[in-house]
Amino acid sequence: MDKKIVQPISRPVIGAGGLTGTWRTHRPVVDPSLCNACLLCWIYCPEAVISREDRTIDYTYCKGCGICAAECPRKAIHMEREESR
Amino acid sequence: MTKIFDSGNAACALAVRDVGVDFVAAYPITPQTSVVEKIASYIAEGEMDAKYLPVESEHSAASAVAAASAVGARVFTATSSQGLLYMHEILHYAAGGRLPIVMANVNRAVNMPWCLYVDHQDAVSQRDTGWIQLFAASNQEIYDTVILAYKVAEEVQIPVMVNYDGFLVSHSSMPFETLEPSKIQEFLPPLNPAWRLHPQWGGTFGNVTPSEEYVPYRYALTEDLKKAGEVIMRCLKEYEKLTGRWHGGYFETYRPEGAEYFLFSMGSMGKEMEIAVDLLREQGIAAAGLRLRVFNPFPEEELAALLPAGAKLLVFDRNLVYGSAGGALLQLAKAALFNRRDSLQVTGISLGLGGEDLPASVLVAKAREMMEVCK
Amino acid sequence: MNIKELPDIEYIISGTGACAGCPSTIGLRLVGKALGENAICLLTPSCAVASMGMTPKTCYSFPALNICFASAGASGGAISMALDALYAKKKLEGEKPVVFAWVGDGGTYDIGFQGLSAAAERNDDFIFFCYNNEAYSNTGNQRSGATPQYVPTTTSPLGKEMVQKNVPLIMLEHRPPYVATASLAYPLDFYRKVEKAKKIKGFRYIEIHMPCCTSWKFPASETIEISRLAIRTGSWLLWEAENGKLNLNGVTADLAAGKRKPLPVEEYLKAQGRYAWLLNSPDKDYYIGNIENNIRRELEFMAGRAKL
Repeated sequence: MDKKIVQPISRPVIGAGGLTGTWRTHRPVVDPSLCNACLLCWIYCPEAVISREDRTIDYTYCKGCGICAAECPRKAIHMEREESR
Repeated sequence: MTKIFDSGNAACALAVRDVGVDFVAAYPITPQTSVVEKIASYIAEGEMDAKYLPVESEHSAASAVAAASAVGARVFTATSSQGLLYMHEILHYAAGGRLPIVMANVNRAVNMPWCLYVDHQDAVSQRDTGWIQLFAASNQEIYDTVILAYKVAEEVQIPVMVNYDGFLVSHSSMPFETLEPSKIQEFLPPLNPAWRLHPQWGGTFGNVTPSEEYVPYRYALTEDLKKAGEVIMRCLKEYEKLTGRWHGGYFETYRPEGAEYFLFSMGSMGKEMEIAVDLLREQGIAAAGLRLRVFNPFPEEELAALLPAGAKLLVFDRNLVYGSAGGALLQLAKAALFNRRDSLQVTGISLGLGGEDLPASVLVAKAREMMEVCK
Repeated sequence: MNIKELPDIEYIISGTGACAGCPSTIGLRLVGKALGENAICLLTPSCAVASMGMTPKTCYSFPALNICFASAGASGGAISMALDALYAKKKLEGEKPVVFAWVGDGGTYDIGFQGLSAAAERNDDFIFFCYNNEAYSNTGNQRSGATPQYVPTTTSPLGKEMVQKNVPLIMLEHRPPYVATASLAYPLDFYRKVEKAKKIKGFRYIEIHMPCCTSWKFPASETIEISRLAIRTGSWLLWEAENGKLNLNGVTADLAAGKRKPLPVEEYLKAQGRYAWLLNSPDKDYYIGNIENNIRRELEFMAGRAKL
């Protein structure tokens, strides 16, 4: 007998908390010329929006917490004020 | 099929053993204790292939079986009185979470004052948690009802509580028969849920839920609980075909032919009521016994259909709905019979609380008092 | 092990409901890389649950069961044991998933304490992670048994009178197979500990320090720096123990051995708004003196305990 799922189940989906990129007042900007690919920003990002491959950032979900900029040993990331906010 | 002469708790433990449970977690409380002691010994002696988690409280016992049930294990726990109350938030959780848990509740009065003897306040006070509640009154009925409970729970995905009276039934030895594993397997298919907590199924269970998402789950539970009555009846008939045993459907009726007065109760009182009915009949009163076996979902339509025009329903509640005229069965009966437009009457009392002794003579006397009210 | 060798797997899917700079999601990312896909999680009410997305969406890629607040200890063990039963009876095929609980300090130190202690005492086979932000942050920063002395919260507005419980130590003395503390400032140490825990059977307890910018009142970007200051001042100790045999780790080991002086605790306190009242108080030196005495005491205690 094919049973229906009757429990309250949730499935993984991107942006489950909404368009969290709209939360930020500042955005991180990476200077690739200073980056040595240590990957500290990647592992410290609470939202996993920094690419492991090339440190590009998914600004749709980046909350602008600034941990990446604070922890980068090369100071390759700086926080820029969002113009429209 | 083996003939056994042992207690109600033993009957319960044997049913759990024979059903092929995967996981048991329970905490001892008088008068349930020997159920879990027996199960622990069956497992230790290799008679029962299940895992046993010796938890440190009833809240943890309920939490444990709920989580284990979510993984797709067939589970069991047992408790009484304060233990049942301690589980309360998990009872709601399990019903709303549609987890097919089976639990034995050995009815016992609740504190304060502190009392170890039987009444139904513990089970009745949990009525609105969404669990199916069945009441057994003999050791054979306990054994059969526990097996039935698994089939019903797993089909409708609602947890089931099997109640039976503390000491009067739990600690009384009666003859009963167990069922061969092959017959049980015929009756009860393996548990195969549509969703499990497991990487192969994925998903998270029970996130915070916004109102519009929450509502359908609530209505689904109440609708499915209503429909569970039919499932219970169908499974009872299947079980009768398998074993030849029938303890009754929603009710066990005793001498209903030509009856004017129906003595309505639950639990072992319903069995003692048979003697009271015989005594009343000897005195020329057309009395019948009506022992309720399915407390939740309460069989409203079936009760209304069963009572002839002009009947008098005398309700004997072994519980209280504080501040009201009596107990839960009185309220439920009145609600069920509200649309009857004939001269049917309903009255009730609460008695037997805290294990107050209820020999047939007392039941007869109380019945006569209630008959005066109905005049 | 270096960062570049960490696996790709992501337990966190971008766009969670957590505060910007939340340490819990950072912690879960590291846990995920160590535990992998074949894992089942048990969650109780806490920040990680309040921020995981509402039915039918979630930001966690791992299977998880949300259960009542006091239930973590019993339910974690039950999931593991039920899986054992099902795999033994061949009702499930393959390798048994690792079972872990991700529990806040409320569900560990307070309402869940009984269940935790019982699970450790029974040696239930799962990993109990306590992610400790030293308050009930989820519900708006009420005091918990993990809140340090002098910290004001909404339910301890004049500053908490008593020191916090030391649950890692209490767990140590249950002597389960593995107990450890961790810090996000030392992510590879944390990763190593989770990997180690994964391979051990029985009850494993790992408590991670989780500076919460929202409750502790510091800029979100400083989450890791505050974690670091906690270790360097000795406010949070890094250690691990197998079956009751204790080893202090890294900076903590050096502090305990006297090879290194702890950073003055004021460096740690002044970075957090929750200590502002203390730093502005005329009795500031008295309070800081007490805090430093406690740190010295804990270091001496743990150094001695490590000798057993």
